[in-house]
Amino acid sequence: MTLTSKPERSRLDPDPIPRRDWLGLSSLWAMAGALVFALLGLLKLPKAAVLASPSKKFKITLPETLPVGEAYVPPGRSVAVYKGADGIYAVSTICTHLGCVVKPNPEGFECPCHGSRFLPDGAVSRGPAPQPLPWLKVSISGGALTIDEGATVPPGTKVQA
Amino acid sequence: MTPAPVTNDALREFVQNLKAVPRRVYETTFRGGPPTTDRTRSTFVFGNVFLHLHSVRTHRRSLRWTTTLGLGLMSLAAFLLTLITGVMLMFYYKPFPEAAYDSIKDIHFVVPTGRLIRNIHRWAANVMVVTVILHMARAFYTAAYRKPREYNWLIGMGLLVVTLGLSFTGYLLPWDQLAYWAITIGANIAQSPREVTDALGITENFDPGGLQRLLLLGSDTVGAEALIRFYLLHVMILPLALAALMAVHFWRIRKDGGIVRPAGADARLAKTRQDYTYPVFTEAPNKTYHLAAIVRGKTSAVGRGPENTVPSMPHLFYAELGVLMFTFLVCIALALVSDAPLKELANPSVPENPAKAPWYFLGLQEMVSFSAFMGGIGIPTIVLLGLALIPYLDRETEGTGEWFGGPGGWPLVRLSAVIGLCAPLLIETFAIRFGWLREWFPNIPQLVVTLINPATILTTVYALYSIWCVKRYQSARAGALGLFTCFLCGFLVLTIIGTYFRGPNWVFYWSPSDWPEH
Repeated sequence: MTLTSKPERSRLDPDPIPRRDWLGLSSLWAMAGALVFALLGLLKLPKAAVLASPSKKFKITLPETLPVGEAYVPPGRSVAVYKGADGIYAVSTICTHLGCVVKPNPEGFECPCHGSRFLPDGAVSRGPAPQPLPWLKVSISGGALTIDEGATVPPGTKVQA
Repeated sequence: MTPAPVTNDALREFVQNLKAVPRRVYETTFRGGPPTTDRTRSTFVFGNVFLHLHSVRTHRRSLRWTTTLGLGLMSLAAFLLTLITGVMLMFYYKPFPEAAYDSIKDIHFVVPTGRLIRNIHRWAANVMVVTVILHMARAFYTAAYRKPREYNWLIGMGLLVVTLGLSFTGYLLPWDQLAYWAITIGANIAQSPREVTDALGITENFDPGGLQRLLLLGSDTVGAEALIRFYLLHVMILPLALAALMAVHFWRIRKDGGIVRPAGADARLAKTRQDYTYPVFTEAPNKTYHLAAIVRGKTSAVGRGPENTVPSMPHLFYAELGVLMFTFLVCIALALVSDAPLKELANPSVPENPAKAPWYFLGLQEMVSFSAFMGGIGIPTIVLLGLALIPYLDRETEGTGEWFGGPGGWPLVRLSAVIGLCAPLLIETFAIRFGWLREWFPNIPQLVVTLINPATILTTVYALYSIWCVKRYQSARAGALGLFTCFLCGFLVLTIIGTYFRGPNWVFYWSPSDWPEH
């Protein structure tokens, strides 16, 4: 391969792209690029960085008379708390299908919106729910229970009173 | 300089001008004069910013009520009603969870005419959904989506989506039980891609569902942030989008040559009465007769408008006015006899049972009761894609502008309706009677249920049937006729099942009177 050196171009010859056109086009594309990047940045606006939701941790005391195997639903919370023979546990009552609140009954849970059914341990027995109801983290200090709706534990995790 | 001699001329002229003000205001407002000649009828149209989207002359066939049934205009009329009543409702509505419910109650019970305004708003929104769907069916069955109208079909689909979005976002605003649980379900449908990402175990790294829900709600729970977002969408973003799309939609009708008509329309119309048409060579004052003067006898256009057209003023505008008034009448009559519902205040710990979406989403709700992702996102996306592709796959010309035109025609539509109605009935009967995969195999992987459920089977049956139509009639139009008819029938059947036959816990009941007490 031989390198052919280009003949030196006279300053009087016209540029391949006239300088003004080049400047104009490059500034135009620079502006377009800047706009695109600015828009991409602005798209972050509707994605909330801080979620203004109430605390997911709350304290309750179980009623003394709660029978074994019967659900206790703290007022205003979507959690069912059970007192078993071998400990206390809490199951979320938010349906894993589309977020309706399921109702505890002796056979488990039933969802009013699309008919999902769950066994007492949260496993799906029928209907469209894709996941079992999660078990929530329970901790005991003194006589009070602290339940964290934001923290799940493996099903079967029970806490001794 | 000597001052001008004092006379009363200027003053007299001033008084004369003052007296002439009402007449001149009238003359400058209605510049063209009364629309009694072809020329002034034309000026009436293109001299008016609101009317000039119309052409000056309208084809006679476009004016027959069987051509379009006036459905597009009815949608516009319903939209105008919702726009006017919506702005009126904004005087009193407060988009905060603590105040929203009470403000709707105030509007309903305290605000003068508030109840009627709210009822009209609600009914016009419902009428708009109906007419938009029927308008799409009209455009489809008359093959109006074909070249050069493909792009306008896409714009129309955008309008359908925005219309449904407006209805849905409006549903949340009263902040009652119905609203709260509808938005909870809606936001979780947005999150439902997690059904797939969870099953694949990639949610931690790739979570489009969670992002969609976060963007919609502005939080991880349904609260003030969600309400203000839905309010913003309902009163600002979506109406602006709708207005922009409507402008393009109407403008494209003009640019694409007006309402679609069959190739032989003019020949067929020529046989009918001529006296509807206004001749062009009449008393139009500035019309020159140069050509006519050197030709013996009448030119071919004498006594007949060109291309079988008549002046838009009055023919088209009176027809449009009739459709507008009819729609207003229907909406207001419905608003007078039936109140918009308002349930109890939203209660985040107890859902309505059954919690039902607005009627036009109950078909979707029936499908999400099998799989959230497929019913709520997967199948709607497939349907929208299928509808969008129709004009690009059907490149034929036979039957354009004819009702049920194309190979197969009405008999094919009839057969498709039978199949379209029977297929969902059979599949639903089976699923209601025998249950579905999860009841038989409790440990079945979620992906199998997502892929194989009554809704996906129904979609597959429809798709296979329409491919059979393509083969049987050797025509993409026949396939489209089959698919679209099936789509309408499936929508109808699922909506009716969801509306009338689903009770508490989404269990099948023959009648609401069989519902258990709860």
